[in-house]
Amino acid sequence: MQRGGARHPLIELTLARVREFFREPEAMFWAFVFPLVLTLALAAAFPSAADRPVVVGLVPGSHAAATRRALDAAPGLRVVELAPADERRALRDGTVHIVVVADDPPTYRYDPAQDGSHRARLAVDDALKRAGGRVDPWRAAEERVTVPGSRYVDWLIPGLIGMGIMTNGLWAVAFPIVNARLRKLLKRLMASPMQRWEYLLAQMLGRLIFLAPEATLPLAFGSLALGMPIAGSYAVIALVVLVGALAFAAMGLLLGSRPRTIEGVSGLVNAFQLPMWLLSGVFFSSANFPGVLQPVIHALPLTALNDALRAVILDGAGVAAVWRELALVSAWGAVSFGLALKLFRWR
Amino acid sequence: MRCTDLVKRYGPVVAVDGLSLAVARGECFGLLGPNGAGKTTTIEILEGLLAPDAGAVEVLGLRWASHESELRQRLGIQLQETQLTDKLTVEETVRLFRSFYHQGPGVDAIVDMVGLSSKRASLVVHLSGGQRQRLAIACALAGEPDLLFLDEPTTGLDPQSRRQLWEVLAAFRGKGGTILLTTHHMDEAQALCDRVAIVDHGRIIAQDSPRALITALGAPRVVTHEGTLEDVFMALTGRHLREQ
Repeated sequence: MQRGGARHPLIELTLARVREFFREPEAMFWAFVFPLVLTLALAAAFPSAADRPVVVGLVPGSHAAATRRALDAAPGLRVVELAPADERRALRDGTVHIVVVADDPPTYRYDPAQDGSHRARLAVDDALKRAGGRVDPWRAAEERVTVPGSRYVDWLIPGLIGMGIMTNGLWAVAFPIVNARLRKLLKRLMASPMQRWEYLLAQMLGRLIFLAPEATLPLAFGSLALGMPIAGSYAVIALVVLVGALAFAAMGLLLGSRPRTIEGVSGLVNAFQLPMWLLSGVFFSSANFPGVLQPVIHALPLTALNDALRAVILDGAGVAAVWRELALVSAWGAVSFGLALKLFRWR
Repeated sequence: MRCTDLVKRYGPVVAVDGLSLAVARGECFGLLGPNGAGKTTTIEILEGLLAPDAGAVEVLGLRWASHESELRQRLGIQLQETQLTDKLTVEETVRLFRSFYHQGPGVDAIVDMVGLSSKRASLVVHLSGGQRQRLAIACALAGEPDLLFLDEPTTGLDPQSRRQLWEVLAAFRGKGGTILLTTHHMDEAQALCDRVAIVDHGRIIAQDSPRALITALGAPRVVTHEGTLEDVFMALTGRHLREQ
């Protein structure tokens, strides 16, 4: 079949989508620069727990000088002087982990609900009692072990890759479709002999072109700059990324299949992805949520994708270990594509 | 191409109300009328984009229900409100549309046909209104259609751009192509069309060659200037077109 110098419609439609994307600088930022900036910022904000000193707020009392000396001498403690009026705010904001009122005996004030307060209490108690003359009955031998991949940032990067696959899959597919509908371009395409499935498939394929750099950049950055170990095989990582990207692109098709306005599709995409940002273990483990929510959380596609990514990247799992997650993600994708074909509004 | 007794309702509003027309091969036929008269609804039914509530449509001797994919290959369509992708070049846009058709000229020839050769590598966003409209016509011509549907092809264009577009259409007709167009520019209908139908309230209220319609109106009504189609329309509908 001669096409007068044009290639197969599926290729031309995909190329059109890719060109449009590369000529849109904002889209490039969101796809490539933003995840890197986020990784850096979070790595800086959450160093591994062991690196963080315990911050002690010292409220002057009858034994201020002696208490201060004892705390200063202990390793891993940082002392800041606090006026009694500032105590509560300092505890609430987490600028101090514990407040010590320097009387004899001292008073410890801390909020057990705050992260790290128990560790702070133990460290302060130990330092003060030792300074007060406590004799330890024995000293345990300590062996410090660094488990590769146990830092927060190691845990975080696979989650960020999963989040990127979701966010870019949804936006990069749903948004241009609604834009084309708004511009009556879909209607014009319908008036041509173009096949509908070719258009829909091209939107998904066009999104895949950006997947390689999008997933590789955070991995390469984590591995080279932050020393993150990559335990799994690249082939399995690529497979998980590809399955996730196709599935979320199909969900993007579905979200973009009806809205007639940019506002409409923005609301839908946000309503769909916000719960997953919170629940699916991007920034903190979804195990933190109560048990009743767990079945819901584990039915979400991003939870499954993140679990699979972490299993493969951090634990070196193979396909056999993550097939359940991949099947769940694929099912979301297949159902979304089917529904999108049925519901799609071409005019 | 022919349609008989077309009816299309939008809720209580009857957009097309028992409209029939026939266009012969090689003819340029104009649907003329004010905004809201039912021109666009009619042409979209003929293009197979809207289903009529009643009536029959036959295009190139074929029906939409049974021969849609064949018809799509043989028709060229330009829609009123389409905005082509801003971030593609002229050539890329034409290549995309050309890829949908089994036959037709090469991409370069299509671009030449509408006089956009010098803009080949320009992004659509940088084109003038007239150039964009010629690009839309280029997309419609990509499959070497037998029949071209144009919905208000020159609305909003300056006189020079309109003339350029008319030349493109004249060249298409020179090769034996058939055109059905809608317009509310009387001079356009007069310049391009062999026959026009004046449409109002979803019906055809007059149908003939532009010259015959003007002659039929008679001299007495037109005292200040030579008779035009606009006079015919005003006489028939009691309204001034441009006030719509």
